Amino acid sequence: MIAEKEASMSNTNKTLAVAGAVAAALAAQMSTPAHAQAKEKCYGVALAEGNDCAAGPGTTCAGTSAVDYQGNAWKLVDAGTCTEIDLPAMADGTPRQGSLEPLDRDLPA
Amino acid sequence: MLDATQSRLPDAPGIGYKPQHYAAILADPGPVRWLEIHAENYMGEGGRPLAQLRALAERFPISVHGVGLSIGGEGPLDPDHLDRLARLLGWLNPASFSEHLAWSTHDVGFLNDLLPLPYTEPTLVRVADHVDQVQTRLGRRMLLENPSTYLAFDESEMSETEFLREIARRTGCGLLLDVNNVFVSATNQKTDPRAYIDGFPLELVGEIHLGGHDEDADEHGQPLLIDSHGAPVVDPVWALYARTVDRGGRRPTLIEWDNDVPDWPVLAAEAARAGALLAEAPA
Amino acid sequence: MSQSAFATALLAPDAPTPPGLSDPEGRPAGKRFDIYRNNVVTSLTAALETAFPVVRKLVGPTNFKLLAGAFLRRHPPRTPVLMLYGADLPGFLEAWPPARTLGYLPDIARLEQALREAYHAADAAPLDPTRLAALAPDALMEVRFTLAPAFRLIRSPWPIHAIWRYNTEPGCPKPGPKPQDVAVLRDGYDPEPILLPDGAVAFLAALATGETLGTAMETATAEAPEFDLGPLLAQLLATGTITELETHA
Repeated sequence: MIAEKEASMSNTNKTLAVAGAVAAALAAQMSTPAHAQAKEKCYGVALAEGNDCAAGPGTTCAGTSAVDYQGNAWKLVDAGTCTEIDLPAMADGTPRQGSLEPLDRDLPA
Repeated sequence: MLDATQSRLPDAPGIGYKPQHYAAILADPGPVRWLEIHAENYMGEGGRPLAQLRALAERFPISVHGVGLSIGGEGPLDPDHLDRLARLLGWLNPASFSEHLAWSTHDVGFLNDLLPLPYTEPTLVRVADHVDQVQTRLGRRMLLENPSTYLAFDESEMSETEFLREIARRTGCGLLLDVNNVFVSATNQKTDPRAYIDGFPLELVGEIHLGGHDEDADEHGQPLLIDSHGAPVVDPVWALYARTVDRGGRRPTLIEWDNDVPDWPVLAAEAARAGALLAEAPA
Repeated sequence: MSQSAFATALLAPDAPTPPGLSDPEGRPAGKRFDIYRNNVVTSLTAALETAFPVVRKLVGPTNFKLLAGAFLRRHPPRTPVLMLYGADLPGFLEAWPPARTLGYLPDIARLEQALREAYHAADAAPLDPTRLAALAPDALMEVRFTLAPAFRLIRSPWPIHAIWRYNTEPGCPKPGPKPQDVAVLRDGYDPEPILLPDGAVAFLAALATGETLGTAMETATAEAPEFDLGPLLAQLLATGTITELETHA
């Protein structure tokens, strides 16, 4: 009986908490005009493309280079920001992250 | 059968649309009277690309140019892709639809290049069958474009102009004449580009393309031009274009620029140059 | 010659040029065939560069070209529509030996793919907030929401939001070793990755699978007792992420 009453109280509290949160969210919504802050992000245009009528210039390299298949062409000298980020070990024990390892064998095709 | 010259595009300059030019085009299109889009970039479910296209279509006639149908493919046409095209053309109702005399899809997947075909009777039968299917499915006449080529098939039995003329005869399709492709292919194949134009069924041309190419050489030192769409139209191509419209009359003419795309005024200036040559041509 | 032979040779850089292809002097096509090889690889690489700018920045442009070259040969596009080409990249990166020390790379690729999906997702009108305001407290607990087609959720054991921002916004702090969950919300036409507070990913996942607001709230508070519904709901409403509601009252 007491447990039921506590459960009922608890449910009422939850309901009131959700109603309060919804009211707060609606109040925040009313105070900012919809889409007032909407503006085109710098990466928006870049996302638009995909298909083109012509391929890139040049006859060499990309399509014909066998080095594409060789892992040891993966070079630290060209490393991007991942080496800057250099994450310490994660809390769950996942080891330190942030180096690109050159591969010393051909990758599987 | 529709007359090929009854394109709903105006006999005026158009531009291959790039999203970065959206605001500039709406603010001041200059000499540009119509726009062309690549069909495949507008096959999403929604978002900004479709919203911009809807807005542009209220202001300009639109030409839909497919780059992925693989009309020359040995396998059957992709029914899903035909459905996507039908959906796009259904709501947009563009002034023109065109595709390429090329293939791009095989069992391995979509190769994203306009790959060449041998000009033989079996190819003729296959391409004509595919063009028929496209026109039937889309309920409209299409234009088929001459490709840029870098090599020749030993098995080819006829010229490209003979091949295209015969496709048009069998299917009733119109043709899209890419004058830069004519120049690129003729240089690469050591043929005369003027003879190609003179032998082309100009009465079937519903649209003309102009674009830039890159210059290279093969391993024997022979010139090799590459259809990069990343540079201005060169003078010999302008001359070839002038010859084309002088002989065939005014046609809707597109400036294509897909790589290293310049600012809008550069494109508008190229369009103006096409417009000046169109004005001198017979109607 | 068959298109099979042509296609196979296109994707194999070491393969000889197929027979029957010639230059104007009748010599084997050689470098002329390589133009097509180059076009395929260059154009698909360019599509991937456009699609995954942060992955590219993380590994560097040269490494990305190598990665793209290997990926596109293993996973050529299955459709001519390239706007979403690269959906297989996260899985590919998980198995890509040179990147094995970059555990976060696949999740960054997932985030970038989610942004593209959101960009091209169907449009949907935002929910009129007065419909929510009209509901009594008990009815609110039983309400179910429809979320916008652009909505995406990414759970990660890595600080993916911080890594993404560090590589897209100048001056952002370096990421720390903290797991981050992200929602992609599209306000108008611009998708944006939103860092989620504890409990929010459970809440949103519950809403997305059609659970009631009450149940979603229970799920969230079971995971994070301090979960605060108000600010998150305000953000969902402001970005038009809630498009419809359903009550059984």
